[in-house]
Amino acid sequence: MSHSQTETGAPTEQGTLAAALRNRNLILGGLLTLVFLGAALISFVWVPYDVTQMAIANKIKPPYAEHLLGTDHYGRDILSMLMVGARTSIAVAVLAVGIGMVIGVPLGLWAAAKRGSLLDEVIMRGNDLVFAFPSLVIAVMITAAFGPSATNAIVAIGIFNIPVFARITRSGALTLWNRDFILAARVAGKGSARISFEHILPNVLNLLIVQGTIQFSLGILAEAGLSYVGLGAQPPTPSWGRMLADSQTFISFAPHMALFPGLAILLTVLGLNLMGDGLRDLFDPKLRRGRT
Amino acid sequence: MTNALRSVAKTAAAASVIALTAGTGAAMAQDSLTLGLQLEPPHMDPTSAAAGAIDQVVYANVFEGLTRFGPDGSVNPSLARSWDISEDGLTYTFHLVEGAKFHDGTDFEATDVVFSLDRARAEDSVNAQKSLFAGIESVEALDPATVQVTLSAPDGMFLFKMAWGDAVMVAPESIETITTNPVGTGAFTFGNWVQGDSITLQKNPDYWGEPAMLDSATFKFISDPTAAFAAMMAGDVDVFVAFPAPENLPQFDADPRYNVLIGNTEGETIVAMNNARPPFDNKLVREAVAHAINRQDIIDGAMFGYGTPIGTFFAPHNPDYVDLTEMSAYDPEAAKALLEEAGVELPLSVKMTLPPTSYARRGGEIVAAQLREVGIVAQIENVEWAQWLENTFRNAHDYDLTIISHTEPMDIASLADPDYYTGYDNPAFREVIDQIAVESDPEVRSDLLGQAQTMLAEDYVAGFLFELPLHTVAKTGVEGLWINMPTQATDLTGVYWDN
Amino acid sequence: MLRFTLTRLLSLCLSLAVASVVIFAAIEVLPGDPASIMLGVNAQPDTLAALRAELGLDQPMAARYLDWIGGLLRGDFGISYTYRTPVVEMIGDRLAVSLPLALFSLALTIVIAFPVGIWAAARRGSVADVAIMGLTQLGVAIPNFWFAMLMVLVFAINLQWFSAGGFAGWDAGLFPALKSLTLPAIALALPQASILARVMRSALLDTLSEDFIRTARAKGLSRREALWRHALRNALIPVLTIIGMQFSFLLAGGIIIENVFYLPGLGRLIFQAISARDLIVVESVVMLLVFAVIVVNFLVELAYAAVDPRLRAR
Repeated sequence: MSHSQTETGAPTEQGTLAAALRNRNLILGGLLTLVFLGAALISFVWVPYDVTQMAIANKIKPPYAEHLLGTDHYGRDILSMLMVGARTSIAVAVLAVGIGMVIGVPLGLWAAAKRGSLLDEVIMRGNDLVFAFPSLVIAVMITAAFGPSATNAIVAIGIFNIPVFARITRSGALTLWNRDFILAARVAGKGSARISFEHILPNVLNLLIVQGTIQFSLGILAEAGLSYVGLGAQPPTPSWGRMLADSQTFISFAPHMALFPGLAILLTVLGLNLMGDGLRDLFDPKLRRGRT
Repeated sequence: MTNALRSVAKTAAAASVIALTAGTGAAMAQDSLTLGLQLEPPHMDPTSAAAGAIDQVVYANVFEGLTRFGPDGSVNPSLARSWDISEDGLTYTFHLVEGAKFHDGTDFEATDVVFSLDRARAEDSVNAQKSLFAGIESVEALDPATVQVTLSAPDGMFLFKMAWGDAVMVAPESIETITTNPVGTGAFTFGNWVQGDSITLQKNPDYWGEPAMLDSATFKFISDPTAAFAAMMAGDVDVFVAFPAPENLPQFDADPRYNVLIGNTEGETIVAMNNARPPFDNKLVREAVAHAINRQDIIDGAMFGYGTPIGTFFAPHNPDYVDLTEMSAYDPEAAKALLEEAGVELPLSVKMTLPPTSYARRGGEIVAAQLREVGIVAQIENVEWAQWLENTFRNAHDYDLTIISHTEPMDIASLADPDYYTGYDNPAFREVIDQIAVESDPEVRSDLLGQAQTMLAEDYVAGFLFELPLHTVAKTGVEGLWINMPTQATDLTGVYWDN
Repeated sequence: MLRFTLTRLLSLCLSLAVASVVIFAAIEVLPGDPASIMLGVNAQPDTLAALRAELGLDQPMAARYLDWIGGLLRGDFGISYTYRTPVVEMIGDRLAVSLPLALFSLALTIVIAFPVGIWAAARRGSVADVAIMGLTQLGVAIPNFWFAMLMVLVFAINLQWFSAGGFAGWDAGLFPALKSLTLPAIALALPQASILARVMRSALLDTLSEDFIRTARAKGLSRREALWRHALRNALIPVLTIIGMQFSFLLAGGIIIENVFYLPGLGRLIFQAISARDLIVVESVVMLLVFAVIVVNFLVELAYAAVDPRLRAR
């Protein structure tokens, strides 16, 4: 984290862009994220080798000129697999965050608007209840019930994003409801639903973006974990977690098969986390130390 | 064991005990053996479940039958030291071994045979192989050492059937707790079961026959191929039966600390096609699939070169096997032409359901890639055994393609049943199978078996891949292990350390 | 306080009731008939029916739910479909692995995170602080099963310091048992320790910037003294909350790590039970885990309310 301007805790006067450029977390995180997004996007138009094509005779080759990251146990190009696998990771994580936001944010806004009521209590207790379920176990149950697939992985991860967004929206919204501009809007006769969407939501958006980045990175880790145990996207769709699972028995004589997918996950999650921290600093320097 | 560890151990209170157990305990004590197996038995009663994992632990070790399978698949005497068969082939008189006792100290007598067989064939029996006993009309104890079994029709396979793990002898005194505390007559007694981890057997000092050479044997259950490799390398297990990761075998082979035993099973591994519904009810489409499959690539890619190619549903080490692999040789162009002739619209979209074994999962990925080359898009669906048994195998036969190894000995007849999951319905084939069942002349029988094999290959009933090999990895010095697996068993009665 | 406790207790019970219905319903949806799995490929229809009746699978759903819940309340978790042994014994056996593993990794987490967090906070802005925070970022981002694989490669296969997996059993003595839990505990602890170290550091910095500390420092208290005398105690509240959450996570979250090291713990029990359709085991284990989390949350909340009376008004 960068601390140069925060000993006093006061927000700086510089423009956002300048602040962003001085934010090491944001730059490093952004770069890593860009590499990862770029690889996924490029894979739509070009990959070094077709990932559905097997070349059994050329299996388990360590990195060399023709295959920069080597080949896997079916002779497929690992670099190409990683590029296409990035798509899977992004799709699952983005949609899971989407589920969390689309359901969680309105719930949080609603709970805050009716703060202290039975409804608020029910929503928050419901959140606690979802939190109380061991997420991985539930994901395993969902995929066991409906069959392993990327879709079910999205649902399983998405469900646990709902309470995260509901909570953060509610707590952000609660501090706003006592502010003058909200009182003014109420005096003007606006209903709480309208106030929530017109005045509260835009003001908690920063919080949501930061949390969204963090949940995105958690989603990538969760997807990797699920496909590692065989419950994520199914073959032939490449996925990083399954590449790791496949590599396990080869690790003692072909460590490259395990090294690169693991590094891809590590660097992507790292990039997103750094970016989340950086964004937090950028949006609200006072929040920066409250990271949990 | 490192010196650091040893000094830590010495400072501990029970220094000697800890030092022993912290090290590679099994290697130090040369009268005990730790074996790795992939599947943990659900319980310990081989007569009430089809789980091969149960037999894998208890067959020949804890429980014995009247007859038993030898390492080569032959049927040998066991608790019945000899038998007489009546002229008409209906009456079997078994002469039981002398002095056999169950592990709880009770004598093994003719009444126990009556009890075991009557229990297995009873109306409410939960024996998974009830058909083994279907031909029995009555079981009678003539005297404590003699039993007479009467059949309703002559059956040349009866002694073979009595050798199955489902037909072992159990005692009425201990039947209530058989699932958790199996009491048999074998050379090993049941010791301890740490569920999810291991089962320990102890040498039976009062064994009626040749006593076991090991003092104790521990079966450790390691389902994950990686963990299996790691456990073997780390010395946690001395032997791994049916080692699940063939890619690691060359490493073991090159390492003087290990021996790799390569044998065969009775497992015909096939790409089963649902003959009962489109598109695989069309023989041309099945033939196209057969030619689209490159067996050698599958054996190399999924089995790392281990496995004998097969061209029909029959074990290649059987003397009656006919090599028909050429009929389904790899020829993608022919496959495309056949699909065109069949008039199916390309790309043809089908579902491939894969059970959790590594040959199926890996083979499935390769088969799917090969089928894609000729325009068949096989959507892979990975399922657990439970779902596979229920949806694919038993009830609905709701599948297009699946990969499975049929490990029962001499199971070609199962394809004759049109209600079998393959859905193959050919009256001519049924006719041949019926003839084989009653034919006693070996030459005619061999000829009929050849005909049956050829029919299956001609009808392209399935994509025939390879005979599943059996890989056993053992530490150097472990002797007496079975190389082949004619039945699900890990017979430890002849296993010893030779150093 | 009493009223607060009672309302929370009521909502705790409600949560548990809702959770039990959800778990039961979810598990009913799981495809696969336990009886046919137990009997295998060649089972006869009449055998199957007999076994279903024996297991009570032919009863209506509501009756089975009440049966299950009633049993749970009496401490009777039923009989496993596949192992044919009481579920409560199986869970007990597995807890003997999972609970020590969770405690072990929690202890490692704390032992690593506290000094690292305090050290970083004390040297805020220094190269050491930046380096430590960078490392914790890596620790948060690393997939723990991948880290576990790498540790097996290095410490079990190459160096042979540890066995690659399995559990020696408590009968073998304390040392061998803890030894077989060491690599898994490290794999579980690393990401948690990274999180906790970051929380520790920021909680300390938060309290250090509060008015009473500033006043104390203005009166001549050194930064180091302020940190050790005042900030640490105040920072412990958020840190303990996180530890509470981490404990329940570690108890349930070992599922993948237990598979990597083939430890016979709760996580592996769940995996095995799901693939064998041993529904009664799945139900009971999930319920137990949910129960543990809800109770831990409840205790944390009570502790909070005891410390900070304002919360009771919420």
